[in-house]
Amino acid sequence: MRKMIEGSRAVAEAVGLCRPGVISAYPITPQTHIVEELSQLVADGDIEAEYVRVESEHSAASVCLGAVAGGVRAYSATTSQGLMLMAEVLYNIAGMRLPLVITGVNRAMSAPLSIWNDQQDTLALRDSGWLQLYAENSQEVLDMHIQAYKISEDDRVLLPALVCMDGFILTHTYETVDMPTQEEVDAFLPPYNPLYELDPKDPYTLGAFAGPEMYQEMRYEIQRDALAAKAVVKEVAKDFQAAFGRWMGDVVEPYQCDDAETIYVAMGSVVGTLKDWADIRRERGGKIGVLKLRCYRPFPQDELREALSGAKRVVVLEKAVSVGAYGILSAEIRAALYGQPNTPPVHAAVTGLGGRDVTFEILDEMQERAQAGEMDFFAGLREELLEAS
Amino acid sequence: MPATKEFTYELERGFLPGHRACAGCGQATAVRLVMEVAGPNVVVTNATGCLEVFSTPHPESAWGVPWVHSLFENASAVAAGLEAALKHKGKLDEIRVLAFGGDGATLDIGFGPLSGVLERGHDVAYFCMDNEAYMNTGVQRSGSTPFGAATTTSPAGRRSFGEDRPKKDLPAIAAAHGIPYVATASMSIVADLRRKTKKALDTRGPKYVQIHVPCPPGWGYDEKDTVDIGRMAVDCGLYPLVEWENGEVVRVRKIKPIPVEEYLKPQRRFRHLFRSDAGKEQIAKIQELAQANIEKYGLAD
Repeated sequence: MRKMIEGSRAVAEAVGLCRPGVISAYPITPQTHIVEELSQLVADGDIEAEYVRVESEHSAASVCLGAVAGGVRAYSATTSQGLMLMAEVLYNIAGMRLPLVITGVNRAMSAPLSIWNDQQDTLALRDSGWLQLYAENSQEVLDMHIQAYKISEDDRVLLPALVCMDGFILTHTYETVDMPTQEEVDAFLPPYNPLYELDPKDPYTLGAFAGPEMYQEMRYEIQRDALAAKAVVKEVAKDFQAAFGRWMGDVVEPYQCDDAETIYVAMGSVVGTLKDWADIRRERGGKIGVLKLRCYRPFPQDELREALSGAKRVVVLEKAVSVGAYGILSAEIRAALYGQPNTPPVHAAVTGLGGRDVTFEILDEMQERAQAGEMDFFAGLREELLEAS
Repeated sequence: MPATKEFTYELERGFLPGHRACAGCGQATAVRLVMEVAGPNVVVTNATGCLEVFSTPHPESAWGVPWVHSLFENASAVAAGLEAALKHKGKLDEIRVLAFGGDGATLDIGFGPLSGVLERGHDVAYFCMDNEAYMNTGVQRSGSTPFGAATTTSPAGRRSFGEDRPKKDLPAIAAAHGIPYVATASMSIVADLRRKTKKALDTRGPKYVQIHVPCPPGWGYDEKDTVDIGRMAVDCGLYPLVEWENGEVVRVRKIKPIPVEEYLKPQRRFRHLFRSDAGKEQIAKIQELAQANIEKYGLAD
């Protein structure tokens, strides 16, 4: 059914359609609307779930861990400082091979304190073993949650998934979405059927420690299966298209990339801005394409090589910075393209930090500076605010 | 085949022999006693610590019941997740959720999560194994380390008599949550521990049981003396055995008080107190702490 709703409401309804048995979360802006909507859905009996109102994000993740270990589908949502507080548990969940979906609302990291959007928080967890999917708009984030459970619970994967959506830009914006019916989602996503669960009828030990003689093999298996999960992400995107008739890309989504001289790479809502801007630049003769990176973990190295190798130039729009190095995404894309034939230069343009709007003016600036050969730079800086160094 | 019968019995017991605990470990005995009472229809969460490490070096496990270890501070929250899962599946009437944590995991790093679990009313029985320091990492001071005890981070020295603060009173804090049942127990007083475990598992809602478990390497006494040391802690008044229901004290275990010196003297962690007159003043302060317990709970009445 098509309806005009807030992004957070879209996520809450989509999560409800996935029938989680346990929901646990701690309120933090701008994740709050999601968990408020879910609380209401539970209070009204529209979702048959236990909602555990914990005292911290650390405990929210821990409650989800326990619930999945007990054989029940679970859900949480958080952002920024909350995600960092969860981080210890998130590594643990991945290592224990427990399938789980958490919405990672993207927000800047303190200090200075900022409740506004960038992607520093979820990128800090890139090495944790969690799959990471980034959504461009409300429809995509809605669909992505349904897909994420299917990917995460697949026996070939058994790794948790973080569905990332830009704070405020997506969580607090009203858009028209096509909300699937319960019957449609039930047909696509069967009830959670765990390989293992903590049951007195068939006891097992979960979370034993490993010595140097076997730790490395367990970590290798996580790495092996995370890489193999890329095929499952693609498969589920196709299955989803067949069931719901919607396609927004699988691991990447190219937009006007075929003849593009300059390809912009980005994740999340800024991709929409980039597409509009690219259209305008094309009217003026600039051959600009946009590559949406939809699946950041597993990292789609082959697909990025294929999509980018023909371009003259690649500009990576970074909504985060690896302080003391530079771009996070661009470093990985440079590594992916290294040694390939016809490797384009890959520019890292950091912008949109702490909720700074990414305007067409900033994108124009990026284009000029990249064309002028600048490799790593902040775009849209207010020079007048900088202290003398 | 007798071997098969034996094996079945052990499985039913929940916590199996063959683990790697130190000789004379009070905690290992306490856990075995709790699990004997708890029976097979349980799921167990375990904080990081001695118990977790000595019972589950992968691929070995000493647990005959479903068991999960996640992290140091979240055994209570993981237990809450399991409880919620069982509730969702409609199995909470047949399966009990138990959590085990040491005093560091419980009083210090896991204090917030534990308080959350107690406050929210989860049907979880939390057992704190109190050996009064971070034993797994090498006897560092915790919030449960008693006044006067030397640890590796609260050592006795020219300007120090060891730990300078009394134990954090977590049982009273747990009781202040108004939960149905809180108890202190000792691994040395077996019938009492069994009864309190049964009471905890027969009660619905959050339960907190703190069990005093002497530790030979951490406290520095002869391994064969674990039971005696534990008993003396109770008998001198330093470890009062108390039960609370809904926030009120309902029962205490009476004692005929012995001087605290009898309990302190055999332990290396207190030996610096016996070496000077100033140390004896510290012992007098410890006697005052015991006396305060005796009066507060009417232990000797």
